[in-house]
Amino acid sequence: MVIRGKVWIFGDDINTDLIIPARFLISSHPEELGKNLFADLIPGFSQKIERGDVIVAGKNFGCGSSREHAPLAIKGAGISSVIAISFARIFFRNAINIGLPIIECKEAKEIGAKEELEIDLKQGKIRNLTQHKIYDIQPFPEFLQELINQGGLLNWIKENKYV
Amino acid sequence: MGLTITEKILLRHSGDKEIYPGKFILAEVDFAFGNDITAPLAIKALEEIGIKKVFNPKRIALIPDHFTPAKDLSSARQAKILADFARKYKIKHYYEVGKMGIEHALLPELGLINPGDLVIGADSHTCTLGALGAFATGVGSTDLAGAMAIGKVWLKVPETIKFVYYGKLHKWLTAKDVILYTLGDIGVEGALYKAMEFTGETISKLDMDGRFTLCNMAIEAGGKTGIIEPDEITLNYIQRNQKSEIKNLKSDKDAEYAGIKEYDVRNWKEPAVACPDLPSNVKPVSELKEIKIHQVVIGSCTNGRISDLRASAKILKGKRIHPEVRMIVIPATQSIYLQAVREGLAEIFVKAGAVFSTPTCGPCLGGHMGILDKGEKCISTTNRNFRGRMGHPESEVYLASPLVASASAIKGRIAHPGEVSA
Repeated sequence: MVIRGKVWIFGDDINTDLIIPARFLISSHPEELGKNLFADLIPGFSQKIERGDVIVAGKNFGCGSSREHAPLAIKGAGISSVIAISFARIFFRNAINIGLPIIECKEAKEIGAKEELEIDLKQGKIRNLTQHKIYDIQPFPEFLQELINQGGLLNWIKENKYV
Repeated sequence: MGLTITEKILLRHSGDKEIYPGKFILAEVDFAFGNDITAPLAIKALEEIGIKKVFNPKRIALIPDHFTPAKDLSSARQAKILADFARKYKIKHYYEVGKMGIEHALLPELGLINPGDLVIGADSHTCTLGALGAFATGVGSTDLAGAMAIGKVWLKVPETIKFVYYGKLHKWLTAKDVILYTLGDIGVEGALYKAMEFTGETISKLDMDGRFTLCNMAIEAGGKTGIIEPDEITLNYIQRNQKSEIKNLKSDKDAEYAGIKEYDVRNWKEPAVACPDLPSNVKPVSELKEIKIHQVVIGSCTNGRISDLRASAKILKGKRIHPEVRMIVIPATQSIYLQAVREGLAEIFVKAGAVFSTPTCGPCLGGHMGILDKGEKCISTTNRNFRGRMGHPESEVYLASPLVASASAIKGRIAHPGEVSA
């Protein structure tokens, strides 16, 4: 899969309350949640982005609560993937489980706002089309690759005939 | 090579012959639970894959504790999804408002969590239950759905960091201060993906309520779980005769750790307060005495247990809350509520001018029962102080122990408990 999009830059320790404040957790619909993505951090964020845009952040992205609404809101708003130096563990699980591409990249801080990226998950490369640079992606362990390839946890459970 | 307590529990639940950090396992789940925010998404997912039954209706709990008693129509609908699902699939441990408590306080109280168990909860503070010597970790809704369907969860075996505490805590310091100072030292990603094993003489003297508080905030360092080896205090709490098995549930002497942090708690001279916007932004209370507050919250899965209410009542007894401050006291469960009534604590709170509420997570996550307006400051016994956590993005939350929060309620500013009590 090749993802192409414009970059939105975020800092370290972006927590799930910032991604989607708790007052919006009264819905489970990705599009509805997506309208309120980063509501308190960047008011009107969901109107400012274009489908396919990429979030690039620092360390510990998604720390805080276990709300799966956070990756769902990102997905529902039309963001194609999240690149960060590191992810908080529950956010990481949730993203994998719902099939939101997340990418750990040590060079995330070199990427600038509004830059164009082309992400090739299969080749494990991020091409920075603005800076003409290429970054390597840390490949996922085999088990996670299998989960991702089968479209998330529940499909994996079905495929393996656990239910 | 020896194993840590976390590795031992995971090995026992994996069906594998060996275990090591970084290994992916498909582990048997002893108990799985969710709440009115996370479970509706899990239930929706289960219906989509068309399950006919859950793996075990006695080993699942559905607890509507976050936005309940329902704060509005949408939250009523979410809570109803839990009630309907529980009825349809004969889920034994569904707790309606009136029986309900905050999940991480309620489940141990009901005796549903035992040392050595593998527990997953669709709530980040599931790590609280590690205080009983269980491996308990927070997951999302899809993980909960998977566990409800097949009784299993995928896990990457975490490395463990050992936290050793020596010495006796100074007067006015509690388990909350221990975890806040620890967070201040290691930061909000200091234990990312790792198990935090709490040990040492200070921990062995902590009562269960204190141990729950300590393990509760492991997630604030990014930890996969907090865990304490079960001992006599654990056994007395669970009141079961499982001594032989529990005695073996200890980390081996030659277990490998990703790191060992040692603290002499006597170096912490005064209570800790975590300032906005991170739980790791910790300062001694005396540096913050200029900060005026508008609201005080005593409660949550962190500090809503009976000893927390007793500590607060001891400070408040015979005193009045500052006229410009509102104070909200929220027992974590119905039985704690009843206990507080019986012990006369409820009367102390009301006479001091505080609200004494039914159990709910409520204000901790800015849900209801005490939302902050622009510019307002709250000192709270809860676990997070992220920007906008308790309401308006320009409101502020300071995290502290019940002693500090209660003293602050009287003074109208952040205060040391020694200022209002001997």
